[in-house]
Amino acid sequence: MSAMDSSNLVRDMLSRMFAVGKRFDGRKLLEQRDFTVEYNVSNKAEGSARVRMGKTDVVVGVKLEIGEPYPDSLDKGNLMVSGDLLPMASPRFESGPPKFNAIELPRLIDRMVRESNVIDLKKLVVVDGEKVWIVIIDIYPLNDDGALIDAASIATIAALMQTHIPSLDENGRIDHEGKSTKKLPLAEGTIPLTFSFYKLGDSMIIDPTREEEEACDSKIIWGISNWKGKEHMIHSCQKGKETPLNREDIEFMMKELPKLYDDTLKKLKKFLK
Amino acid sequence: MVFKRSDGRKLDEMRPITAKVGIIPNADGSAMFTFGKTIAIAAVYGPRLLHPQHMQNPQKAILRVNYDLLSFSVSERKKPGPSRRSQEISKVTEWSLSPALDLKEFPNTVVDVQVYILQADASTRVAGINAASMALAQAGIPMRNLVCAVSIGKMDKELVVDVDNGEEHFEDGEGATDFPIAKLANTDEYTLLQLDGKIQPALIPKALVLADKACAKIYEVQKKALKEVVSE
Repeated sequence: MSAMDSSNLVRDMLSRMFAVGKRFDGRKLLEQRDFTVEYNVSNKAEGSARVRMGKTDVVVGVKLEIGEPYPDSLDKGNLMVSGDLLPMASPRFESGPPKFNAIELPRLIDRMVRESNVIDLKKLVVVDGEKVWIVIIDIYPLNDDGALIDAASIATIAALMQTHIPSLDENGRIDHEGKSTKKLPLAEGTIPLTFSFYKLGDSMIIDPTREEEEACDSKIIWGISNWKGKEHMIHSCQKGKETPLNREDIEFMMKELPKLYDDTLKKLKKFLK
Repeated sequence: MVFKRSDGRKLDEMRPITAKVGIIPNADGSAMFTFGKTIAIAAVYGPRLLHPQHMQNPQKAILRVNYDLLSFSVSERKKPGPSRRSQEISKVTEWSLSPALDLKEFPNTVVDVQVYILQADASTRVAGINAASMALAQAGIPMRNLVCAVSIGKMDKELVVDVDNGEEHFEDGEGATDFPIAKLANTDEYTLLQLDGKIQPALIPKALVLADKACAKIYEVQKKALKEVVSE
């Protein structure tokens, strides 16, 4: 055990506070921190955004490349999501081969983006069956104070909405100097986001700080959208940590999740261009 | 349109399931579990002293799971060695099994669980969990319960039990959803919940009910296989 793991004292204190609906930072249990979205983190990226949610700070950049389609999806462009937990963002992150958390973050964003079909990959074919656009989403936290995935999901959507498809020169190569106004084709009306629920004792919270994340027994991350602008749809989920969730917990989340999504979407829309 | 399953199964019907305990003589516990053509095998070694020392927990044994597909278990050969997918499944398998174990009696040690897929026709991680749960029991690790796992699917608008490979790639209507679930047997404590696809929030509790029924059947098959190895 490292000295950075949260102490039993903090855990007991949080557990008692959650039981009466309180948190260290004064939020309610199911209250998300306010966030801001900033664009154009790098003018070399085809789209980029930075989200600050409390002290959590994440940058996401989208790059487009030309490549071959996968043999099982010749009529579609490719999607790749990667990223790294940079050691600059937290004393808990180390350099070297990716640890589980560094693998899980991009994979959960990948599933949210892919399964919601927010990117219209069928419109990203350049030469039928031979050449397609590859959309690469890279996620880097600059400061980790919990709920990295949720902040990354907001930044991913914001960045995708800004993303342009670069122009190609006469040899079919990307013209990095040329300006393009062609937007990345996105699905009409579908905006996916993730929500992290953490459980300590019998209490459930959302958008945990790092301290709360470490104190909790169980977690689950949901990806949800307003699918085609019609209805709430869950696209991804992953339970973590070593304590089970019971049926009541899951039914509770299914009631609250659509409301939380609607609130966050309203906040996000103020920043979308 | 009502979704029809290609192999004629009812929506809430699993493929034939089989289980066998004690398949690897060197292991402290081992088992095989199959859903139709999906075959998972698991072996348990330990508790044994954990190296390097700094990873030891003086309060209990740690559980360490490794899941992978054998290279020839899938149509296109899988490159041997860990992938991001297999590392993620190893970790969620660890999380789904550990609530069933009581490892306080074995400080500073490790219980290693190795799960491999011989033949893959979807639902491999849940087959692996079912096999691993039996292997841990045979190894004599103190357990509160067995862990049972099944994948619930949604094909267009219909919920189905035990997704096969064809169903995993279903694309009509609302497409395919794969929802692997594990639980402590005969409780409402869920230890694995993963999901990919498109499913309305109101259908999630209904999927749990289907998983409960399937897991009750899996539990009986696991118990029978464990009793068989004791009587041999």
